[in-house]
Amino acid sequence: MESSFDKNALFANLNDIYLDLLPESLSWMAYLGTGLTIVFILVNAVLLLTAFGTYMERRVLGRFQTRLGPNRVGPFGLLQPLADLLKLMTKEDLRPDSADRLTFFLAPVLMVTSMLVVVAVIPFGKDSFLADLNIGVLFLVGIPTIATVAMFLGGWGSGNRFALLGAARAVAMLISYEVPMIVSLAGILILAGSMSLVDIVEAQSLPFILLQPLGFFVFIVAASAEMNRSPFDLMEAESELTAGFHTEFSGMRFGLLQLAEFGEVVVTSAILATLFLRGWENPFIPADWKQVLPPQVWLLGKILFFMLIFTWIRATLPRMRIDQVMAFAWKVLFPLALINMFVTAAMVVAWPDPTYTQLWVMVGVNWAVAAGCIIGFSLALDKHRVNPTGSVKLVKMPKEVS
Amino acid sequence: MPYGLGIAKGMLVTLRNLARKPVTVQYPEQRVVQHPRFRGEDFVWYEERCTGCASCAKFCPQGIIKIVTAPSGEQTQEGETYKVETFDIEIARCMFCGLCVEACPYDALHMGTGFERASPRQSDLVVTVEELRASAKRPSTWFRPQFQERGYDPAKGEDISWQDAGREATVAPTYDDMLKRWVKGR
Repeated sequence: MESSFDKNALFANLNDIYLDLLPESLSWMAYLGTGLTIVFILVNAVLLLTAFGTYMERRVLGRFQTRLGPNRVGPFGLLQPLADLLKLMTKEDLRPDSADRLTFFLAPVLMVTSMLVVVAVIPFGKDSFLADLNIGVLFLVGIPTIATVAMFLGGWGSGNRFALLGAARAVAMLISYEVPMIVSLAGILILAGSMSLVDIVEAQSLPFILLQPLGFFVFIVAASAEMNRSPFDLMEAESELTAGFHTEFSGMRFGLLQLAEFGEVVVTSAILATLFLRGWENPFIPADWKQVLPPQVWLLGKILFFMLIFTWIRATLPRMRIDQVMAFAWKVLFPLALINMFVTAAMVVAWPDPTYTQLWVMVGVNWAVAAGCIIGFSLALDKHRVNPTGSVKLVKMPKEVS
Repeated sequence: MPYGLGIAKGMLVTLRNLARKPVTVQYPEQRVVQHPRFRGEDFVWYEERCTGCASCAKFCPQGIIKIVTAPSGEQTQEGETYKVETFDIEIARCMFCGLCVEACPYDALHMGTGFERASPRQSDLVVTVEELRASAKRPSTWFRPQFQERGYDPAKGEDISWQDAGREATVAPTYDDMLKRWVKGR
């Protein structure tokens, strides 16, 4: 037990404090208390960041659309999440007669849980994390899949055909996007030689966004599809399905679903920061130089940066059709991820132990491959458009026979 | 066009919007300045110009203007004006068509520029003669070319006295002017 926490300085220090406080006979409680403390900090950090994220998203979205966004509650509207929470809490919690009691109850809980559990493996400082799983990346891509199950439970259990349709779309889409997402991570695993996120952060002598531009592109697109946000929000397409799988949810159940949805943005941003931008380390200078800012600040800054990018995507792109979404996953993202994996593997075989110069050569080759692939796919797709610009002539309507 | 170029263009458009100033006007603190020709609710009425002919009441499509002039006991000479005792405009039903202002032969009634007369009771929504007498004399320039030619803007806070409000102050257009403006100019 002790050996596995040798690296975890945060855990060790907290454990010492608890051991001092507790009598000898209750020393097992120190272990429990330490774990619970870190869990408490992490969960609250994620939830607070989510609350701030909803506020920031609405403000930034407003500025993208040249309006102001919420600015009435508190200074600069900072208390808006609190007001939203109060509103949702005081609303009536309706459950339709046709709904299945158990699944209707389970869906929001499962969604929030699957969102929160992922944070456990993300390191947020030197030797400070909740768990250093040796299958961390597998955990990262596996646990959010529970959200898909939760969506289907919620949609099916609502006893509403809009909800069921939305859930069916969600499952179809999310399962497709799991594949390129996982394959795009293979390049990172090959480079880092480990699945543990702590090791991956330490393996990044150069941020992996430089070494894996194609993998980053595929991952960020697939991740924004996993988050069910625009342009991939067709499972809750307002104009077609009222609200998709959460049509029948109200009150705090709806609040939990929204919390999970926005929390997933925070969590995905944290994953992206950890995998591609060196996690808690300063991304601009080598790790052994003198650090000015604490690691938590770097991680927070990177999370906010990626949240801004996701807001930007949401502010810009309209919703895609279901066939376009599926075709994009299987015809574009999956081949790109495969190419990325093969190129990375070939380079690792060529230089098993790369020097700094060789790393920069890898950067150049990878960016060239990424640019070539993206341009090539974009030109190839243009030729196979279903309705290329101007190729379909408008048919004149026959005159009405009177 | 290569696939996906539209996405990049769209992203640039939103990014450019991010740098722009928001167009929101925060209403209770800031107000949109109305156009001089805005047909607003606080009617401007010059008692000195009004003869009590009730043309406005006759032309009102809603029939919401009620005018009572001095009772018949007081003999009024030809060429003088009636004393207006009641001038009620039931503004709750007013649709701001401005026909009353068009109909006024003596330029005594003008549209105003206000737009904030919401009230919880319909009985509050009646403009009485006292209110008309007391209201600020800042008429809208709608259907009043004499104000427009002067470049008058009610938003600048400048009052117009009853002597300046009439169209007799401006020179009537000649036949050639009208021909040029309405026939040849088209």
